[in-house]
Amino acid sequence: MLPAATDYYRLLPEILAAVFGTIVMLLEPFLRREHKAALSWLGMLGAAAALGAAVLVRSDAGPAFFHLIQADPFTFFLRLLIYATALLVMLAARAYLDRENLPHGEFYALVLLGSVGMGVMAAAAELVTVFIGLEISSLSTYILASYRREALRANESALKYFLLGSFATAFFLFGVALVYGATGTARLEQVAEGVASVLLLKLGLALVFIGLAFKVASAPFHVWTPDVYEGAPAPVTALLSTAPKAAAFAVLLRIAGTVLPATLLWFWVLWGSAALTMFVGNLAALVQSNVKRMLAYSSIAHAGYILVALAAGTEAAYAAALYYLAAYALMKLGAFTLVAHLAGRGERRLTLEDYAGLARREPVVAATLSLYLLSLLGLPLTAGFLGKFYVFVAGLRAELLGLVVLAAVNTLLGAYYYLRVILYMYFREPDPTYEHAAREPVPAGTGLVLAATAAGTLLLGIFPGHLMRIAELAAASFR
Amino acid sequence: MVSPSYYLTLSAILFGLGVIGFLFKRNIITLFMSIELMLNAVNLAFVTFSRQWGELSGQVYVFFVIIVAAAEAAVGLAIILLLARNRQTLNVERINLLKL
Repeated sequence: MLPAATDYYRLLPEILAAVFGTIVMLLEPFLRREHKAALSWLGMLGAAAALGAAVLVRSDAGPAFFHLIQADPFTFFLRLLIYATALLVMLAARAYLDRENLPHGEFYALVLLGSVGMGVMAAAAELVTVFIGLEISSLSTYILASYRREALRANESALKYFLLGSFATAFFLFGVALVYGATGTARLEQVAEGVASVLLLKLGLALVFIGLAFKVASAPFHVWTPDVYEGAPAPVTALLSTAPKAAAFAVLLRIAGTVLPATLLWFWVLWGSAALTMFVGNLAALVQSNVKRMLAYSSIAHAGYILVALAAGTEAAYAAALYYLAAYALMKLGAFTLVAHLAGRGERRLTLEDYAGLARREPVVAATLSLYLLSLLGLPLTAGFLGKFYVFVAGLRAELLGLVVLAAVNTLLGAYYYLRVILYMYFREPDPTYEHAAREPVPAGTGLVLAATAAGTLLLGIFPGHLMRIAELAAASFR
Repeated sequence: MVSPSYYLTLSAILFGLGVIGFLFKRNIITLFMSIELMLNAVNLAFVTFSRQWGELSGQVYVFFVIIVAAAEAAVGLAIILLLARNRQTLNVERINLLKL
């Protein structure tokens, strides 16, 4: 039994990303120091090739590698999201790496290899394959989190990420073992059939949920998130808060969509976790004075909104969750990229005071950041609004009135801390005794990422139809 | 033949010890060893279930877990080494620049 050509074809995006990641790593030692930044082109080419392959493979949906991998519209949607994120992160990182005097080659290689893991997670139709993808993605991101080797905060962030991440993975894996024990298979489609022990299956699915809840940073398994996001280099935070989270949500969605016992068992778990996650994220974000940390708590809150869609559990809700993931990725990528730029050398300027009067010093930058913040808040005409709208409507259709009301209350809570940053930028006079950063021009790569994410945020907010159709198709692949 | 339930109980106990060690110990290396213990408990469970079902895939999973654990050890120890060099301590309670 050997894999056929179609098997490789259906995994082509991941294979290409892995090949390019390896080439970047192999080339790195042979380049002279001043040429190493050019590796970013190769890295971006790899992500673009993976994107192209994802589009190419789209027309040929089906299982691969003996049903370990499933290339379907759902996989397609997440591949687009993951590789586009990787592309934008690499584009924004080049100037950052130059500024912080960090090595180039490994960064692009790790981003590519990490996105291979995330792609495998999105495509996996079997639990051990999910585990492999999870570990490929986690190991790369652990290293990325500690990329500023001399910075104590980055060390600490990486350590916490590594310890808690591996702890969570062990839970996930024990859950997989129990599911395997209960059913004799780890293939998602077959898990519901031939259950030998219902108790064992339930226990296993609960442990699987705990492991994934850690990865999507949902309460009460979120404690690592603020520390890791604050300490990691800002472009890495941009990556961490988007792509791996989307991949972990993909696994949750696929399990909830294909394994019926999980759908039934998880309902109240998802309900409770969604409510708790939204409140924890938003309430903690209210009191933050560090903008990066505030955005970290805000991403916890956003995981809560997506969990509302998962709790609703209908096809429309899954489509809403996917749409939300894409919208969320755009605004978070943009916001963290901008924070990385404004933080200046050594990432020292992260407090609200550093943003006081920014609108007068840098009007365009301030306007762009306001757009992301308003989208995160959920103002109409932005992607964030429609994401929330679709999720809330799906929740109401599934008769989750209580949860949707809680989500609406949380949106109001969120308004306070998002608007506070905007208030600081536009109406707060900078403290004359406070030494503000010298104005730095936005580097070309960063500017391009900001333009792309800002345009995307607006475009998805005004013309959601096209992406929503792809999301609906994707959600329909569990039928 | 020894009943599989003994192996499963042992596996659960090992996993539980790993969790307890992770939650209550203060030395980073000990925390790391606790995680390894948890992974090995999982391996035992996989092998037992594989035997019970008379199916080989459970034993193949163990190889994957072992390889992944080795890769994890390489990355994890590198991170711990970096931290130990920069901070001169291996106590998690003293690693508190970022408030929890």
